[in-house]
Amino acid sequence: MSKRIDVKDLNVYYGSFLAVEGVNINIEAKSVTAFIGPSGCGKSTFLRTLNRMHEVLPGARVEGEVLLDGDNLYGPGVDPVTVRTQVGMVFQRPNPFPTMSIRDNVLAGVKLNNKKISKGAADALVEKSLRGANLWNEVKDRLEKPGSGLSGGQQQRLCIARAIAVEPQVILMDEPCSALDPISTLAVEDLINELKDEYTVVIVTHNMQQAARVSDKTAFFNIAGTGKPGKLIEFADTTTIFNNPSQKATEDYVSGRFG
Amino acid sequence: MTTNSLTTSQGAGRAGDKVFSGATLAAGCLILAVLFGVALFLVIQAIPALVAPPADIQGGHGFFAYIGPIVVGTLIAAVIALVIATPVAIGVALFISHYAPRRLASGLGYVVDLLAAIPSVVYGAWGAAFLAPQISPAYGWLASNMGWLPIFQGPASATGKTILTASIVLSVMVLPIITSLSREIFLQTPKLHEEAALALGATRWEMIKIAVLPFGRPGIVSAIMLGLGRALGETMAVALVLSSGALTASLIQSGNQTIAAEIALNFPEASGLKVSTLIAAGLVLFVITLGVNMIARWIISRHKEFSGAN
Repeated sequence: MSKRIDVKDLNVYYGSFLAVEGVNINIEAKSVTAFIGPSGCGKSTFLRTLNRMHEVLPGARVEGEVLLDGDNLYGPGVDPVTVRTQVGMVFQRPNPFPTMSIRDNVLAGVKLNNKKISKGAADALVEKSLRGANLWNEVKDRLEKPGSGLSGGQQQRLCIARAIAVEPQVILMDEPCSALDPISTLAVEDLINELKDEYTVVIVTHNMQQAARVSDKTAFFNIAGTGKPGKLIEFADTTTIFNNPSQKATEDYVSGRFG
Repeated sequence: MTTNSLTTSQGAGRAGDKVFSGATLAAGCLILAVLFGVALFLVIQAIPALVAPPADIQGGHGFFAYIGPIVVGTLIAAVIALVIATPVAIGVALFISHYAPRRLASGLGYVVDLLAAIPSVVYGAWGAAFLAPQISPAYGWLASNMGWLPIFQGPASATGKTILTASIVLSVMVLPIITSLSREIFLQTPKLHEEAALALGATRWEMIKIAVLPFGRPGIVSAIMLGLGRALGETMAVALVLSSGALTASLIQSGNQTIAAEIALNFPEASGLKVSTLIAAGLVLFVITLGVNMIARWIISRHKEFSGAN
């Protein structure tokens, strides 16, 4: 239940501005891949092209191919809605739906597209998803309470539960811990380690220690200067990137000399 | 022995603060005073009508027998206007905020706001001179095909000057209020929630259903209540459009009356007890509007826990 992603010659634009240029990357199924790089280097922008969330912004578009097990996400006739059910996303700030209970939040994606689900099946799915997000024991007695009443870390795990409830092939995480305290961060990182048994996980992070802790492979993005497009500089095993990078820029970044 | 150096204050900043807080306090009190003054005036002036012998009141059966049918007429007209206007207004607001291309959206928003700038007497004239004659054949059709429903019972008014026509005119008048308020609310939906919905594989309409509408709910309720306030209190349009009469269930016959139109039509020639009666009618309208607002607040507060404010 997970697919690989192959990106070929991807250019990402905001209107006429080229934000990310010429990305080629092969992301293995059932692995954790981290994107690191300085602010504004386009790693989040690139992440959002992997489930076509990029084009939600007016004027945003891409050139090139993103293949999910060989199927081009940007092929003619591909509905972004279908893409997003296959490639789920967790955002920088926890965003459970404030008007919904914890239970309804988990089921929000499942109930889309007029799908009907029996109460028994729904209960089972809620428990399975919340257990999968390591949240079940904390919320099982208050499933009907609003999700916005949880702590930040719990909300973020609720968002992960909501994302895995629709059984996607890939889960994208855009700096999922940047708004969380260290304890909650640890809980989410543990969860990421478990998630890769079943899903392909791609995570953007500002925190290099986090990338080192959770990922199998790491991609380093960089930008030549303001107004220049971001580029993928180096993509390799995480240990290689942090211990023996082949590019000078990567070495400077991971050793803390800039960024 | 030693003075606390923190006790010496920076004079100028403090004075400005005091002036400002005094000014805001005065403004707040003024609103309360005006509201209280209006209420007091209405009650004092209305008392003669409320205590007068029933036979002296218009109709001869006391104040409440006189006002009852008019209250019902007022509510019917306002509720029909809202039933027509609300779905249209929310649809237009959603179109402007989430569907229309940016340039079309701002133009359309401007046009909708212009609707609110048309004086109500113009709406009344339009309703009486244009809409009523145009719509009366439809009433004839309703009477002959759906006449078994009490609300469409014939014979239909030949002039079209009925409570339904008045309600349609009212609905056009409340449309801009509900639309522009809802639009502002919809535009404030957090991007975060919209993207959460889209990332789960929601279509645009599903995104609106699970992110935009729940977030905007309290705002929509207040927009509708403001619209209701205008529909309840609207005078000229109803006075010009409706050929009033006794309370009837049928919406397509002439008859029925609203409080505001009743006061406006009768006040110039009224004297003595009649004036008191009309002011008492105004008091009733005041109480209804107050009640409507309180119910609206209650509806909003009931869902506070889920409002996203926490």
